[in-house]
Amino acid sequence: MSLQSRRRKANLTAMVLIAPFVATFAIFFAYPTLKVLQLSFTDSPLIGDGNWIGVDNYVRLLGDRLFYTSLVNNAYFVLLTVIPTTAIALGIALMISRLRGRLQALIMVLFFFPYILPVSVVTLIWTWMLDFQYGILQGVFTLFTGKPVAVFKNPHWVMPVIAAVTIWWTNGFNVLLFLAGLRNIPTDLYEAAKLDGATAWQRFRRVTWPLLWPITAMVLTLQLILQLKIFDQVYLLSKGGPFNSSYVLLLQVYREAFQLDHGGYGSAIAMTLVVIIVIFSVLQFQLLRVVGRR
Amino acid sequence: MIRNRKLANQLFGLFALLCAGVWMFPLYWAFVTSIRSEQNVVGGGGVLPDEFNLASYIDVIFRTNLMRWYVNSVGTAAITTAVVLLFGVMCAYALSQIKFPGRRLLYGVVLLSFMVPPQALYVAQFILMNDLGQVNKWGGIILPQLIVPVVIVVYKQFFDAVPKELREAAVLDGASEFKLLFKVYLPLNWGITTALGIVTFIATWNEFFLPFLVVTSETQMTIPVGITQVNDAFGVAYARIMSVALLAAAPVAIAYLIFQRKVTEAVMISSGIKG
Repeated sequence: MSLQSRRRKANLTAMVLIAPFVATFAIFFAYPTLKVLQLSFTDSPLIGDGNWIGVDNYVRLLGDRLFYTSLVNNAYFVLLTVIPTTAIALGIALMISRLRGRLQALIMVLFFFPYILPVSVVTLIWTWMLDFQYGILQGVFTLFTGKPVAVFKNPHWVMPVIAAVTIWWTNGFNVLLFLAGLRNIPTDLYEAAKLDGATAWQRFRRVTWPLLWPITAMVLTLQLILQLKIFDQVYLLSKGGPFNSSYVLLLQVYREAFQLDHGGYGSAIAMTLVVIIVIFSVLQFQLLRVVGRR
Repeated sequence: MIRNRKLANQLFGLFALLCAGVWMFPLYWAFVTSIRSEQNVVGGGGVLPDEFNLASYIDVIFRTNLMRWYVNSVGTAAITTAVVLLFGVMCAYALSQIKFPGRRLLYGVVLLSFMVPPQALYVAQFILMNDLGQVNKWGGIILPQLIVPVVIVVYKQFFDAVPKELREAAVLDGASEFKLLFKVYLPLNWGITTALGIVTFIATWNEFFLPFLVVTSETQMTIPVGITQVNDAFGVAYARIMSVALLAAAPVAIAYLIFQRKVTEAVMISSGIKG
């Protein structure tokens, strides 16, 4: 067989191998991406045709109070979840890494467990825990505020509580990443530090923290992007209320496109979210490259 | 001194157990609630289980579409996982082992697609599913979830690491690329396939937003969407709601407890932590 015909055969095989993925990618990913972009420049309803209206939707966004509320709430939610979950996960991972054998495995399973639950199971359980009349956690609220609190109907409590529920649900994943990171730190470094008379805090500050930083950076950026995409918990726990105090971008996309039948305007909000997330993803990518991961 | 050390370790272990217990309390409380009668649930019973009443479990099993939701969830998650893995492994193998024009571009596009949040595309996905007549059908749940770029990236990484000599020897023996993929590369990386399978299955099983949009008919719902209907059906009936929540969580939870090592390994592989 000549070199050329062998190469042609290899190319043909490659085409056959990539064809199924490329086809599904084109139809169910590339096309919807372009479609959302195109819709965002029209006044289309959800189903059916609309007119090209240029950047009108984006201009309208600038004057949309609810859009700003959503943006601010997205940022607030990121603030309430990202650093707390990273800190809690690090603490738990440090605790687990000090344990040995079966106890270690057991504790890890317990902390990881909520992560595998469907979101609606999590929200049903927490709705019950926090029920205004019969919720078992109302005792805690009474202790601190003197009376029970209808958390999902209270503009001050709703976001922190949704953030707490989210942390409970997803924290196990971060614990796992930190544990993997801790395992990669050579133990002789600790022994050397101990011989030099370093205290536990010094060992953490000078050995653990710097060597764990790549993982910490990764957890922080992964969480940042993940929490910007919040929809499920907010929809299931508070539906964006009360008084829009827990409204977020994806909830507004859902409301505009699916409830008010504004496919075009909803798409413009979705595109804004895409842009925000692409910016943070690029930052994350650069960060991870600097940090030197594969 | 040594005895003190041992005691300190034991105390620390106890402390860790206590923390984990507090963390698991919501699930414990859901279980205690689910085995009480509705009257007892709102009757101010204590924290300890005081009744073993399966009435609410029986009620939700026979009076809701729970069994249908199980079937829909298992069916859609299994098909999605199988297709994602098959298409992914084929594409990753070509990208890793065959020099064809456009491979860099294709891999670049796969990496770029990581950045686009699937949720932002759901408006267009819904329109597409409507055009294809897949609303309220399994197709509507499966098709938009078929793009999982991490599967290609992970497979490619592992295929890249397979020694070249293996391939050369097989090619000399006259093995075709398909044979190489399915008889050599795939069996060599069986662990990766199970890991990616576990992660994809759990993600699809737990997906809420997409089936919530695409399915409105109660009999076509998946578990995560279906159980939110029970609230509306029973009103405030927490024993039943906790029963349905725990039953919904049970399959994946039990599978996790049995294969927990495998699952944690899978999560780490797919997040790029461990090679």
